[in-house]
Amino acid sequence: MLQERTSPAPPTATIRTIPYDLLKELAIALGACLVLVIVLAAALSSPDVPSATIQSWAQADPVDFTTTAANELAGNTTTAGYGAPYTSADAGQTLGPIAPSKWAGVRQPIDTANDFVISPLNHASVGDTDLTSALASFQSGSDSQKTAWLTAYTKALNDAKVENGKVVVASGDYGPVPVLMDRLLTVARSGGLDGLLLTSGHFYQTDFTKPLLFMGDGTYLSGLAQNEHLTGSQWGMMNETGQYPGQTWLWLYTVWYQIPPFNTASNADLLVVGLMGLLTLGLLLVPFIPGLRDIPRWVPIYRLAWRRYYREEAGR
Amino acid sequence: MRRSTPPGPMGERSSSWTARARDEVAERLPLEHLLPDRQPYYVGSWVYIFGVVTIAGLVLTVLSGVILALAGPDWWHISAAGRFFNSVHFWSVQLFFLFMVLHLWGQYFMASWRDGRAPTWMIGVVIFAISIVAAFTGYLSQQNFASQWIAVNAKDALNASGLGAFFNVLNFGQMYGIHVMLLPAAIIVLVALHIVWVRMKGVVKPIEPGRSSRSTVKEG
Repeated sequence: MLQERTSPAPPTATIRTIPYDLLKELAIALGACLVLVIVLAAALSSPDVPSATIQSWAQADPVDFTTTAANELAGNTTTAGYGAPYTSADAGQTLGPIAPSKWAGVRQPIDTANDFVISPLNHASVGDTDLTSALASFQSGSDSQKTAWLTAYTKALNDAKVENGKVVVASGDYGPVPVLMDRLLTVARSGGLDGLLLTSGHFYQTDFTKPLLFMGDGTYLSGLAQNEHLTGSQWGMMNETGQYPGQTWLWLYTVWYQIPPFNTASNADLLVVGLMGLLTLGLLLVPFIPGLRDIPRWVPIYRLAWRRYYREEAGR
Repeated sequence: MRRSTPPGPMGERSSSWTARARDEVAERLPLEHLLPDRQPYYVGSWVYIFGVVTIAGLVLTVLSGVILALAGPDWWHISAAGRFFNSVHFWSVQLFFLFMVLHLWGQYFMASWRDGRAPTWMIGVVIFAISIVAAFTGYLSQQNFASQWIAVNAKDALNASGLGAFFNVLNFGQMYGIHVMLLPAAIIVLVALHIVWVRMKGVVKPIEPGRSSRSTVKEG
């Protein structure tokens, strides 16, 4: 039964009040939500598609792995030409004179040839005279010689075959590159490259920047994402693996990537981030923006929320 | 106006910071406003439920997250109990966002920033924004394929804005620390502040057609 009386103090000094037990309401809400999440958790569980590894990549698609590694060595991958924060090869995305990426600078430096190929092979070369010799030969070659070897080899990879887990290409002048790539593939297939790419001079490792960038340069990871409807053209950022809901609250962020001019702009990321920043600022400042703050008065949804109030006021 | 510390003989206030802080709190938020057992009669509406269930969703998210953090990030991948608590965490987050968005739109269409309540609205928007980052770092901390792919994709937007140089989504250690400690702490503090502001100002009165929706207009 609702008892009504006048509240003794502001802010409700002149308004009729009713008994309202906030803590009981919270306890009931908590109980109801607990039951709901337990039922959902027990019935539907949660998504957990196992992570891809460099080992699984090298085993599933050795040609793509080898092609990516050769391109890392040649400096022809997305990461190699990325710009800040990984390399200084590109100015990054800009909007007129605005270049936040360049201003922030190279703070996680990556040398794809050395970090993804040469350094891991150096670790793996202990006791392997062929590999040691191939590394020395490659590193003593001139830049034009290295480019010639790698260009010829990556071209030959277009018609490569896989025999007994090894990538076989037509004969050609590739210098020491086939030995380097064969050993890297062997280390990768064994799982060793997953660990070698994490090496940062410390025992404990939590930074997966290098292996993720390396995998991102190939087509294996994006192929898996395509199968899980996670790519950008599939509204990927707000999706989750399987049939589970993902970050649906990112719908507005994701929608811009689907429409012009963002879906064709070379600086789409910068444009979308800037736009979302402005929209968030607008949401924050709604109380002070004429028009936006007046919409609630024009759209009488509030009459639903306070239906009883307006009914009683009309009856007076 | 209540003052728990009596003024001096000349009416001056105490020089004690502690006493003045206590007085300030007592003046601005007396206990009967913080924990009222009565509300204006127009509060008897379904729309107010969204705020309460949002808090309930947050409580369940934090509690299940604490259990997952105590057991470590690998646990839920290898244990049925861990998977269950991860599922509770996952669905709590989904409900938290669902209720928070309903609460946000509900408050928008009620123009709840009126009568000097703009700070309450603004704190709420900041909570919403931080919650999105918190959930994002949670998805990055799952240590599964979704984490890998989200990290590889999201880096481009963050790098383009310059943030990626300092907020490296490919660095699990950084994302995990931010997810389990910094952002939940920020959300909890801001939610507490949001609630205090709501209690301090009371629930906004229904819109009177024809009147302004400006935050600064004083009514009644």
